[in-house]
Amino acid sequence: MNPTVETLAAAFAAVDQPQLLAARQMQALSFAVHIPLVCFGMAFPTLVLFAEWRWLRTGDPLYRALAMRWSKVMLALFAVGVVTGTILSFELGLLWPGFMAAFGDVFGLAFALEGFSFFAEAIFIAIYVYGWRRLAPWSHFLSGIPVALAGVAGSFFVIAVDAWMQHPSGFALRDGRAVDVAPWSALFADPFLWHLWAHMYFAAYVVAGFLVASAYAWSVLRGNAGRYERIALGIALAAATLASPLQLLIGDWAARDVARHQPVKLAAMEGLATTTRGAPLHLLGWYDGREVVYGIAIPRMLSLLAFHDPDAPVAGLETVPPAERPPVNGVRFAFQTMVGIGSLLALLSGVFLWARVRTGRMPASRWFLRALVAAGPLSVVALIAGWVATEVGRQPWVVYEIMRTSEAVTGAPGIPIGFATLSAVYAALAVAVAWMLRRLARTPLDPEARRAR
Amino acid sequence: MLAELPAILMLVGLAAYAVLAGADFGAGFWMLFARRRRASLQATRDHARHAMGPVWEANHVWLIFVLVVCWTAYPTAFASILSTLSIPMFVAAVGIILRGASYALRAELDLAPGRRSIENVFALSSILTPFALGVVIGAIASGRVPVGNAQGDPIASWLQPTSLLVGALFVATSSDLAAVYLAADACRLDESHLEDDFRSRALRTGVVAGALALAGPFVLRADAPRIWDGLTRDGGLAMVALSTAAGLTTLALVARRRFGPARVSAALAVAAIVAGFGFAQQPELLPGLRIDQAAAGRPTLVAIAVGVAAGAIVLVPSLGLLFGLFLRGRLESVSDASTLPDVAPAASPDRPSRLGALPLTCFVVGAGLLLLADVTWARAVGAVSLLAFAWPAFVRLAVVADE
Ligand code: HDD
Ligand code: HEM
Ligand code: HEM
Repeated sequence: MNPTVETLAAAFAAVDQPQLLAARQMQALSFAVHIPLVCFGMAFPTLVLFAEWRWLRTGDPLYRALAMRWSKVMLALFAVGVVTGTILSFELGLLWPGFMAAFGDVFGLAFALEGFSFFAEAIFIAIYVYGWRRLAPWSHFLSGIPVALAGVAGSFFVIAVDAWMQHPSGFALRDGRAVDVAPWSALFADPFLWHLWAHMYFAAYVVAGFLVASAYAWSVLRGNAGRYERIALGIALAAATLASPLQLLIGDWAARDVARHQPVKLAAMEGLATTTRGAPLHLLGWYDGREVVYGIAIPRMLSLLAFHDPDAPVAGLETVPPAERPPVNGVRFAFQTMVGIGSLLALLSGVFLWARVRTGRMPASRWFLRALVAAGPLSVVALIAGWVATEVGRQPWVVYEIMRTSEAVTGAPGIPIGFATLSAVYAALAVAVAWMLRRLARTPLDPEARRAR
Repeated sequence: MLAELPAILMLVGLAAYAVLAGADFGAGFWMLFARRRRASLQATRDHARHAMGPVWEANHVWLIFVLVVCWTAYPTAFASILSTLSIPMFVAAVGIILRGASYALRAELDLAPGRRSIENVFALSSILTPFALGVVIGAIASGRVPVGNAQGDPIASWLQPTSLLVGALFVATSSDLAAVYLAADACRLDESHLEDDFRSRALRTGVVAGALALAGPFVLRADAPRIWDGLTRDGGLAMVALSTAAGLTTLALVARRRFGPARVSAALAVAAIVAGFGFAQQPELLPGLRIDQAAAGRPTLVAIAVGVAAGAIVLVPSLGLLFGLFLRGRLESVSDASTLPDVAPAASPDRPSRLGALPLTCFVVGAGLLLLADVTWARAVGAVSLLAFAWPAFVRLAVVADE
């Protein structure tokens, strides 16, 4: 037992931080930049490997040209993912020392394991991308498999931390500090982990698939409808259009877990003030502090979706004091954005799958291609909106019902300066990446790819 | 002992970071400060850039390793350090973003206008980052980080002689390591002009780094007497001696163009400084906080040990493979696919068959379990069944027939 629990608790007692909001926004910005890159880390390696596998099976050099080109993009995105992720780990200490000091020993293990996955990923991505010439074809292919596995394993470990924050267990509290810590069961025996991770896994394919498809659809619309573009589009679309409809099923699972374990979050997502039996679902509209106004109400739908029973009672915001409620409209807007976009993407996917399976061809309509161009950015919006619903819906808690965000925040001055600097750096980065992508889109294909098409 | 194990792991990680990432930082330094000598300026810059290509991400992960072990094993120390030293840590963070982003951009921009300014951003951030990280170590070593949430002075804690010394020392050792490594690479590639250039750079920065390291103790004696004490007895003293010896050996080896062994001794000189810091710092992590007081509970420490052991089983051979390929020059970026060997084309066109009954059954089972089951494990089985449908379906869907 640690003899200094009391003194340490005093050293990390809650501070008065007028800039709490800036700290939260800085954290949110950093996540919003990291998380789309993560989707590529999780999903893109399998698409690259699929292209290479086709090359090995058919000997068609076009597939290799595709895999090589994509592998370079993968490396560049990995590099940016690495640095934006590093910033996140700094920020955990820079912005939330109270949280780290009290609970670092409970959830830190997952980050240590995550670190090992990223080690493996960094090692094998280098061998894969720089090994095209010197490795034998099949060894080269095999060297890519750890990259794909490590990306997914890494996400599993970070999500375990987030799940623990949503549904904490595996420790006892003394003077606001964690004692008797059981790190393995705290992290990996948590029911929240599984829906969060499954939902994120499919989201990664939705986002990476639609973004890549967007790029090639754009290219086809501008008149480059060669074999190369068609094949690239086919691979990306297959991933995205299978993942999108399945994502609805996982989203339903997520919603039911939230309904059971975080009823206040669900009430915020739906703007439900009072506990209601057979609660309706509202589309759009605005929560005015008592109810949703100007929305379209679907009777009993919320009870049906959250508990699969049209008469089930759904807890309202009133079950907790006002100081323990998240900001309703923000959470609700984010949630509706995700679900709305998710439904549209699933619809688009359904149309594509139907046409593709029935005719055996890729739909060539310009409207379909235009829809694809929009789908990529929209999927990123859904991704970020989903996380905002999850994380803002957890407020005011950083560790659900255990520690408030205001008890976690740093006492250091100057948060707005840091936030402004980081925003400027990320804005510059966004401009630079956009410029680079434009250049890449203009550079001619490798001679190989041109010959093959 | 269990309480100290993570600290030892962190020192190992710090030493690996100082040597491996240090050499990468140094390569950035030389992209900015190398003047034209026998080899052209662009050739020098390209040589420095290519040398770190395949390995910098892996080298960077050592920093992540140190951070995560720190916050898991010594959470209060981590929180105290980051909240008090928020300014230099934030500067390091910005340096890391700029450096990684400019490197990734530069790789895509051969021969484009604007590549020079991107190289300059890269080079500047390669100096800023190690300096800021050195400043942080200096503040910890001189006992200026009190325990608690932002309890130290936000500026005076790091704007002081020890921090500036350690920051400068990290930049200097990085440049020296890089010069040695780049000379060694040039020698392997038979680039005699580059080899000569980097050999003389290695000799000069070796002297500068040595001079800084020798001046250091005098600064420490006045500013950080505790560290001075630690470095002048027992293990600390031994490590200082080892570092000095290794540094002199490196100079001699570089002068004789024995670059292979010079790589090793240069690395040893840097690693020994880190080890010396470890000896001098104990038993207190921060003022009034001994390692055993800062340490997490036993289950967490055991979990770290188990996790690191399991990780090492995978990582040590993988790192061996990576550096084996890298140092033998077998990793290179390929820009033109048509120069690669082909595989034999398939005898008959390979058309996947229709989706069988099994994947479709998996879909039905998966959807059913997800919608109807009420326990987590059954829903997880449902999600896995969906994957068992999705993968075969993907393979069939992704193959676009030639029309
Ligand atoms: C492209 C991305 C995407 C799409 C199309 C959807 N989601 Fe989602 N959703 C996410 C991406 C996402 C996410 C990756 O941003 C979140 C945040 C945390 C997580 O694991 O997934 C998320 C969280 C999240 C949560 C909160 C989980 C929690 O707080 O524990 C719920 C209830 C849903 N989603 C429900 C849905 C439903 C019913 C969808 C159907 C239309 C849907 N999502 C589509
Ligand atoms: C507090 C939250 C987070 C922290 C501290 C964090 C930290 C990091 C770090 C340090 C890296 C770089 C690893 C390296 O050096 O190789 C990284 C990359 C990565 N992170 Fe995060 N991350 C966070 C959130 C997330 C989330 C929410 C996910 C996934 C759902 C995720 C998945 C990944 C993946 C897959 C990579 C690999 C990089 C890539 O493939 O682009 N991270 N993260
Ligand atoms: C899985 C890894 C993640 C972890 C461990 C994590 C952890 C945290 C922490 C420690 C905070 C600060 C405390 C707080 O405000 O409650 C936070 C806030 C926040 N995070 Fe996450 N997060 C994760 C993923 C994400 C992702 C991917 C996003 C995407 C946008 C995100 C969005 C936010 C937002 C919007 C806030 C601010 C909430 C508010 O203050 O209202 N998080 N998160």
